[in-house]
Amino acid sequence: MHTDASMGPGKRWLTVTPPEQPDLEIALMAIDEGMMFKKDTAEKMRELVKAGTFGYAVFECNDLVATYEELTARGVKFKKPPTKEFYGFEALFVDDSGNWFSLGEKKKED
Amino acid sequence: MDQPPKIYLYRRIVLAKLFIDEHYAEDIDLDAIAGEASFSKFHFIRLFKMAYGKTPHQYLTRVRIEQAKLLLEKGESVSDVCFAVGFDGVSSFTHLFKRFTKMTPSAYLRQQQQRKEEIAAAPLKFIPGCFAAQNGWI
Repeated sequence: MHTDASMGPGKRWLTVTPPEQPDLEIALMAIDEGMMFKKDTAEKMRELVKAGTFGYAVFECNDLVATYEELTARGVKFKKPPTKEFYGFEALFVDDSGNWFSLGEKKKED
Repeated sequence: MDQPPKIYLYRRIVLAKLFIDEHYAEDIDLDAIAGEASFSKFHFIRLFKMAYGKTPHQYLTRVRIEQAKLLLEKGESVSDVCFAVGFDGVSSFTHLFKRFTKMTPSAYLRQQQQRKEEIAAAPLKFIPGCFAAQNGWI
Protein backbone atom coordinates (compact mmCIF):
# COMPACT_ATOMS: atom_id res chain seq x y z
CA MET A 1 0.00 0.00 0.00
CA HIS A 2 1.35 3.39 -0.94
CA THR A 3 -1.30 6.03 -0.18
CA ASP A 4 -4.73 5.76 1.38
CA ALA A 5 -6.28 9.23 1.55
CA SER A 6 -9.94 9.59 2.41
CA MET A 7 -12.15 12.57 1.58
CA GLY A 8 -15.12 11.07 3.43
CA PRO A 9 -17.24 7.92 3.17
CA GLY A 10 -16.77 6.23 -0.24
CA LYS A 11 -14.39 8.96 -1.38
CA ARG A 12 -10.98 7.48 -1.39
CA TRP A 13 -7.65 7.74 -3.19
CA LEU A 14 -5.96 4.38 -2.74
CA THR A 15 -2.71 3.35 -4.41
CA VAL A 16 -0.46 0.33 -4.18
CA THR A 17 3.07 -0.23 -5.35
CA PRO A 18 5.25 -3.27 -6.07
CA PRO A 19 7.87 -3.47 -3.27
CA GLU A 20 10.68 -3.74 -5.81
CA GLN A 21 9.44 -0.79 -7.87
CA PRO A 22 8.26 1.77 -5.32
CA ASP A 23 8.09 4.62 -7.82
CA LEU A 24 5.26 2.89 -9.68
CA GLU A 25 1.88 3.69 -8.10
CA ILE A 26 -1.23 1.80 -9.17
CA ALA A 27 -4.53 3.45 -8.24
CA LEU A 28 -7.35 1.12 -7.22
CA MET A 29 -10.88 2.32 -7.68
CA ALA A 30 -14.33 0.75 -7.39
CA ILE A 31 -16.62 1.47 -10.31
CA ASP A 32 -19.36 3.06 -8.27
CA GLU A 33 -21.68 5.97 -8.66
CA GLY A 34 -20.16 9.08 -7.20
CA MET A 35 -16.43 9.16 -7.82
CA MET A 36 -15.71 9.62 -11.54
CA PHE A 37 -18.98 7.98 -12.67
CA LYS A 38 -22.68 8.78 -12.90
CA LYS A 39 -25.06 5.91 -12.07
CA ASP A 40 -25.72 4.72 -15.64
CA THR A 41 -22.09 5.19 -16.67
CA ALA A 42 -20.96 3.10 -13.70
CA GLU A 43 -23.34 0.31 -14.68
CA LYS A 44 -22.14 0.31 -18.30
CA MET A 45 -18.53 0.47 -17.21
CA ARG A 46 -18.95 -2.48 -14.83
CA GLU A 47 -20.50 -4.53 -17.63
CA LEU A 48 -17.66 -3.68 -20.00
CA VAL A 49 -15.00 -4.54 -17.43
CA LYS A 50 -16.78 -7.80 -16.61
CA ALA A 51 -16.91 -8.70 -20.31
CA GLY A 52 -13.11 -8.46 -20.47
CA THR A 53 -13.01 -5.33 -22.60
CA PHE A 54 -10.07 -3.78 -20.81
CA GLY A 55 -6.55 -5.09 -20.76
CA TYR A 56 -4.23 -2.16 -20.75
CA ALA A 57 -1.56 -3.04 -18.22
CA VAL A 58 1.59 -5.02 -18.84
CA PHE A 59 3.66 -6.47 -16.02
CA GLU A 60 7.09 -8.03 -16.25
CA CYS A 61 8.73 -10.63 -14.06
CA ASN A 62 12.10 -12.32 -13.93
CA ASP A 63 10.82 -15.79 -14.63
CA LEU A 64 7.43 -16.23 -16.24
CA VAL A 65 6.91 -19.94 -15.61
CA ALA A 66 7.82 -19.62 -11.92
CA THR A 67 5.58 -16.57 -11.51
CA TYR A 68 2.74 -18.33 -13.35
CA GLU A 69 3.06 -21.35 -11.06
CA GLU A 70 3.13 -19.15 -7.97
CA LEU A 71 0.16 -16.97 -8.93
CA THR A 72 -1.84 -20.05 -9.93
CA ALA A 73 -1.06 -21.59 -6.53
CA ARG A 74 -2.32 -18.37 -4.94
CA GLY A 75 -5.60 -18.60 -6.86
CA VAL A 76 -5.04 -16.15 -9.71
CA LYS A 77 -6.95 -17.07 -12.88
CA PHE A 78 -5.09 -17.04 -16.19
CA LYS A 79 -6.80 -16.72 -19.55
CA LYS A 80 -3.56 -17.70 -21.27
CA PRO A 81 -0.74 -19.75 -19.73
CA PRO A 82 2.86 -18.83 -20.55
CA THR A 83 3.03 -18.95 -24.33
CA LYS A 84 5.85 -18.23 -26.74
CA GLU A 85 4.50 -15.58 -29.09
CA PHE A 86 6.43 -14.03 -31.97
CA TYR A 87 6.75 -10.86 -29.89
CA GLY A 88 7.84 -12.56 -26.70
CA PHE A 89 7.00 -14.96 -23.87
CA GLU A 90 3.66 -13.98 -22.38
CA ALA A 91 0.77 -15.02 -20.15
CA LEU A 92 -2.54 -13.25 -19.50
CA PHE A 93 -4.23 -13.13 -16.10
CA VAL A 94 -7.59 -11.80 -15.06
CA ASP A 95 -8.61 -10.00 -11.88
CA ASP A 96 -11.87 -10.61 -10.02
CA SER A 97 -13.63 -7.74 -11.81
CA GLY A 98 -12.74 -8.86 -15.34
CA ASN A 99 -9.72 -6.66 -16.08
CA TRP A 100 -6.96 -8.64 -17.73
CA PHE A 101 -3.25 -8.08 -17.69
CA SER A 102 -0.29 -9.20 -19.69
CA LEU A 103 2.60 -10.75 -17.83
CA GLY A 104 5.89 -10.93 -19.67
CA GLU A 105 9.40 -11.97 -18.85
CA LYS A 106 12.37 -9.64 -18.60
CA LYS A 107 15.12 -10.41 -21.06
CA LYS A 108 17.85 -12.31 -19.29
CA GLU A 109 21.36 -10.96 -19.39
CA ASP A 110 23.79 -13.61 -20.52
CA MET B 1 23.32 -20.33 -20.85
CA ASP B 2 21.56 -22.81 -18.57
CA GLN B 3 18.54 -24.62 -19.91
CA PRO B 4 15.39 -23.61 -18.04
CA PRO B 5 14.47 -26.20 -15.41
CA LYS B 6 11.61 -28.62 -16.00
CA ILE B 7 8.12 -27.78 -14.84
CA TYR B 8 8.15 -30.12 -11.80
CA LEU B 9 11.36 -28.46 -10.64
CA TYR B 10 9.65 -25.11 -11.01
CA ARG B 11 6.77 -26.30 -8.85
CA ARG B 12 9.20 -27.27 -6.08
CA ILE B 13 10.99 -23.94 -6.28
CA VAL B 14 7.67 -22.13 -6.19
CA LEU B 15 6.56 -24.22 -3.21
CA ALA B 16 9.80 -23.33 -1.42
CA LYS B 17 9.14 -19.65 -2.07
CA LEU B 18 5.53 -19.93 -0.87
CA PHE B 19 6.84 -21.73 2.23
CA ILE B 20 9.14 -18.78 2.95
CA ASP B 21 6.26 -16.34 2.31
CA GLU B 22 4.17 -18.14 4.91
CA HIS B 23 6.77 -19.12 7.52
CA TYR B 24 9.19 -16.18 7.35
CA ALA B 25 8.53 -15.36 11.02
CA GLU B 26 9.70 -18.78 12.16
CA ASP B 27 13.21 -20.08 12.53
CA ILE B 28 13.38 -21.39 8.96
CA ASP B 29 16.05 -23.89 8.10
CA LEU B 30 16.76 -23.22 4.44
CA ASP B 31 18.83 -26.40 4.15
CA ALA B 32 15.77 -28.36 5.24
CA ILE B 33 13.72 -26.71 2.50
CA ALA B 34 16.26 -27.82 -0.09
CA GLY B 35 16.09 -31.31 1.41
CA GLU B 36 12.29 -31.36 1.30
CA ALA B 37 12.39 -30.31 -2.31
CA SER B 38 14.80 -33.24 -2.77
CA PHE B 39 17.52 -31.13 -4.31
CA SER B 40 21.11 -30.81 -3.42
CA LYS B 41 21.59 -27.55 -1.55
CA PHE B 42 23.61 -25.93 -4.31
CA HIS B 43 21.29 -27.02 -7.10
CA PHE B 44 18.36 -25.67 -5.10
CA ILE B 45 20.02 -22.31 -4.49
CA ARG B 46 20.97 -22.02 -8.13
CA LEU B 47 17.45 -22.77 -9.41
CA PHE B 48 15.86 -20.48 -6.83
CA LYS B 49 18.13 -17.66 -7.85
CA MET B 50 17.41 -18.25 -11.51
CA ALA B 51 13.68 -17.89 -10.84
CA TYR B 52 13.68 -15.09 -8.30
CA GLY B 53 16.95 -13.27 -8.81
CA LYS B 54 17.91 -13.86 -5.16
CA THR B 55 19.19 -16.75 -3.09
CA PRO B 56 16.62 -18.26 -0.68
CA HIS B 57 18.43 -16.58 2.21
CA GLN B 58 18.43 -13.17 0.50
CA TYR B 59 14.76 -13.67 -0.34
CA LEU B 60 13.87 -14.59 3.26
CA THR B 61 15.62 -11.46 4.53
CA ARG B 62 13.79 -9.36 1.98
CA VAL B 63 10.40 -10.78 3.02
CA ARG B 64 11.18 -10.13 6.70
CA ILE B 65 12.18 -6.53 5.99
CA GLU B 66 9.05 -5.91 3.89
CA GLN B 67 6.86 -7.39 6.64
CA ALA B 68 8.69 -5.29 9.21
CA LYS B 69 7.89 -2.18 7.17
CA LEU B 70 4.20 -3.10 7.17
CA LEU B 71 4.16 -3.55 10.95
CA LEU B 72 6.07 -0.30 11.51
CA GLU B 73 3.55 1.45 9.26
CA LYS B 74 0.86 0.18 11.66
CA GLY B 75 2.76 1.84 14.49
CA GLU B 76 4.19 -1.20 16.29
CA SER B 77 7.38 -0.79 18.29
CA VAL B 78 10.77 -1.60 16.78
CA SER B 79 11.54 -4.45 19.18
CA ASP B 80 8.08 -6.02 18.79
CA VAL B 81 8.46 -5.84 15.02
CA CYS B 82 11.96 -7.30 15.08
CA PHE B 83 10.88 -10.51 16.80
CA ALA B 84 7.50 -10.67 15.05
CA VAL B 85 9.14 -11.04 11.65
CA GLY B 86 11.70 -13.62 12.73
CA PHE B 87 14.89 -11.71 13.54
CA ASP B 88 16.59 -12.77 16.75
CA GLY B 89 18.11 -9.48 17.82
CA VAL B 90 17.35 -5.79 17.49
CA SER B 91 20.88 -4.83 16.46
CA SER B 92 21.08 -7.22 13.51
CA PHE B 93 17.53 -6.23 12.54
CA THR B 94 18.42 -2.53 12.64
CA HIS B 95 21.55 -3.15 10.60
CA LEU B 96 19.74 -5.10 7.86
CA PHE B 97 16.76 -2.77 7.83
CA LYS B 98 19.04 0.17 7.28
CA ARG B 99 20.85 -1.60 4.48
CA PHE B 100 17.58 -2.19 2.62
CA THR B 101 15.68 1.01 3.34
CA LYS B 102 18.50 3.50 3.98
CA MET B 103 17.03 4.42 7.35
CA THR B 104 16.76 2.87 10.78
CA PRO B 105 13.53 1.15 11.86
CA SER B 106 12.80 3.87 14.41
CA ALA B 107 13.29 6.60 11.80
CA TYR B 108 10.99 4.68 9.45
CA LEU B 109 8.39 4.30 12.21
CA ARG B 110 8.47 8.05 12.91
CA GLN B 111 8.35 8.93 9.22
CA GLN B 112 5.35 6.68 8.56
CA GLN B 113 3.40 7.90 11.58
CA GLN B 114 4.04 11.47 10.54
CA ARG B 115 2.89 10.73 6.99
CA LYS B 116 -0.30 9.09 8.27
CA GLU B 117 -1.08 12.14 10.38
CA GLU B 118 -0.44 14.44 7.43
CA ILE B 119 -2.71 12.37 5.16
CA ALA B 120 -5.49 12.46 7.75
CA ALA B 121 -5.10 16.21 8.30
CA ALA B 122 -4.69 17.24 4.66
CA PRO B 123 -5.66 14.41 2.29
CA LEU B 124 -5.71 16.68 -0.76
CA LYS B 125 -1.96 17.10 -0.48
CA PHE B 126 -1.67 13.42 -1.42
CA ILE B 127 -4.34 13.21 -4.13
CA PRO B 128 -3.50 14.22 -7.72
CA GLY B 129 -5.11 17.60 -8.48
CA CYS B 130 -6.83 16.42 -11.69
CA PHE B 131 -8.54 13.57 -9.84
CA ALA B 132 -9.59 15.80 -6.95
CA ALA B 133 -10.94 18.42 -9.35
CA GLN B 134 -12.89 15.87 -11.36
CA ASN B 135 -14.62 14.76 -8.18
CA GLY B 136 -15.32 18.29 -7.07
CA TRP B 137 -13.03 18.10 -4.02
CA ILE B 138 -11.24 21.30 -4.94
